[in-house]
Amino acid sequence: MSDWERSSTARVIPPARPRKLAKVPFVELADGRLQGVVSSGSDIERVYVSSIAAGSWTFACSTNNNRPCGGARGGFCNHIRALVNEAVLQYGAERVARYLRVETADGEPDAQGVTDAMSAARPPQGDTAAAAPVFSRFLRHLAYLELAPTTAPLPEMQWFPPTRAVA
Amino acid sequence: MVPADQGGGVMRADLLAEPTAGLDEALAAVDAFDRALTGGLLRPQPAQAAGLAELAGAVAGTPLAARVAEAADRAAAGAAGEDHLVALAAARTALLGSVHDALMTRVVEATGRPHDEEPAPAPGEQPAVNLLAAARSWLCDLARCGWRGIDHEVVSGAAQVVSAMLPDPALRRLATLLDGFAAELAACCPGATLDRVPERRWADLWSRATLLTVPGAAGTPVTSTVTGRLLPLGVDVQEHATAVQAQVHAVFEPADGGTPRLVRAGVSVPKPDTVVGAGLWQLLRPHLSLLAAVSEGRSMDLADMPVTAEGDLVWADGHARPGEPADAFATARVALPTATGTATAALDRHPARIAVPVFLEGYTAGQDDGTLTFTVAGHALAVDTDRVPAAGPLTPEAVAASGACIGLLRWDNGAYRVQPLAVETTVRKKAVAIHAGGWAGGTTDKAGVKAEKAATDAVAVLRERAGKLLRK
Ligand SMILES: [Zn+2]
Repeated sequence: MSDWERSSTARVIPPARPRKLAKVPFVELADGRLQGVVSSGSDIERVYVSSIAAGSWTFACSTNNNRPCGGARGGFCNHIRALVNEAVLQYGAERVARYLRVETADGEPDAQGVTDAMSAARPPQGDTAAAAPVFSRFLRHLAYLELAPTTAPLPEMQWFPPTRAVA
Repeated sequence: MVPADQGGGVMRADLLAEPTAGLDEALAAVDAFDRALTGGLLRPQPAQAAGLAELAGAVAGTPLAARVAEAADRAAAGAAGEDHLVALAAARTALLGSVHDALMTRVVEATGRPHDEEPAPAPGEQPAVNLLAAARSWLCDLARCGWRGIDHEVVSGAAQVVSAMLPDPALRRLATLLDGFAAELAACCPGATLDRVPERRWADLWSRATLLTVPGAAGTPVTSTVTGRLLPLGVDVQEHATAVQAQVHAVFEPADGGTPRLVRAGVSVPKPDTVVGAGLWQLLRPHLSLLAAVSEGRSMDLADMPVTAEGDLVWADGHARPGEPADAFATARVALPTATGTATAALDRHPARIAVPVFLEGYTAGQDDGTLTFTVAGHALAVDTDRVPAAGPLTPEAVAASGACIGLLRWDNGAYRVQPLAVETTVRKKAVAIHAGGWAGGTTDKAGVKAEKAATDAVAVLRERAGKLLRK
């Protein structure tokens, strides 16, 4: 009965699932990477900018002041592991695995399986060039909270119905 | 079963099942164009050229004919300029406008309610021409790539334009549309590996955005003010990753005793994608006192509230105060049947924009291929429970067990369907009304309180970060 291709309101991406934001305030699948911002466990003023590239799984982790992360030498640091965990909470494991092009052994991905599959391939460590653009995307993301609401009609939103389906 | 000739609120759903002349032909031309767009207009293949010609042929008898014929020719040769692409978007929009009108004629017959045919006035002027041009340039890049040709590089071209537009209220409509559209495209990159493409949807979003880049297209001018009593029927929520809108559908009774009319009052706001569920109500609640009235089951008294020709109240709390208790089902049974619907602005004549309040009872709930249906006047009407917001007390199960329903009649994908706004059902042998927007103004429901707490915490973390980082 349903012809998804002929639907004006076809659901293309499921909404993000709610998660606690204290540890990883920002995560996204964008620019060909899983990337985000991870809070420092010890210093409230410091955050880490972490990323993994889709396909190559090249990883990078540094502070927002561009100091390399001590944990990310030769392998994934805890920030990157936290990033994958929270991405799986927000988007669902399947979408994260598909975006990063990870195939897990048993076919039913979870955060641990996705991390292990990438880690086992001994991915290369990238430079910290991505940190600045990722951090600026985090700031852009936060800036959404500062935008004023409007009571003028927004008819374009008719194309964006909610869905009860979850990621 | 309630007899169909009882008058008043009972819908002639059987009329919705009847074929509409010309509808399939118009949609076939739309589909032909949509397929051409999927492949991209950089180096069109013969099948794409034929699709473009089919679109041009479908508007041959209209004032657009000459411009669209030229645009289709140039596009078929892989040489379409921006103006040509705008002309093609206009042709597609005009065709769907005619589909909208045909569908609405049926809706008016089925509901038996009067409908205001007065055409909406032309929109006003709009500044920021440079940003509109930048948006159009991005949309033209998309059309050349086609959905099969999109990659991160072309999609990310929208980000700067959107960031620059969002703070300007005059550009909010286009900015919000582009933001939601670009996020979808980004999640689907690279287009070459997609299993399937939402062709109608993306062509809709592309065409609409392209027309909104024409200066003056996006205005929603206030044409008058209203004074009287507002009787809410229910709340409709729309959301994408970075925006949300709540629209209250209501019957307005003028204080001077004039004819009651259907109106909407909405509030929208951009949001971080991690604010979801009950967090959406928290963002919207402070800016529309009507949401609290809906949750409390109250009417509101309006004084000189601004309104557009389409029946959208441009809400300002100062023009409204809480009124007497008003049960939405009483409103639906008594006031709705006499309320006049309003005309639709030219650009908004599109099937996806149809959302007509209806009241149903005496139906039989059933299932068709996994979809809930209400059989009304012998016709099985699909029920779109997926549109019921998760942050609310109404569930698909309650809808399926209901005996009366306030809903929005919509049309998509070849069929009418009803989106439940509220139902009457029996819980532990007691008759109760459950509203999709029941948590709009706040809640004491256990699950609701928990969801509100989680949402409050999420926003607090982000605000704390924003406070530290954005003002450095
Ligand atoms: Zn690290």
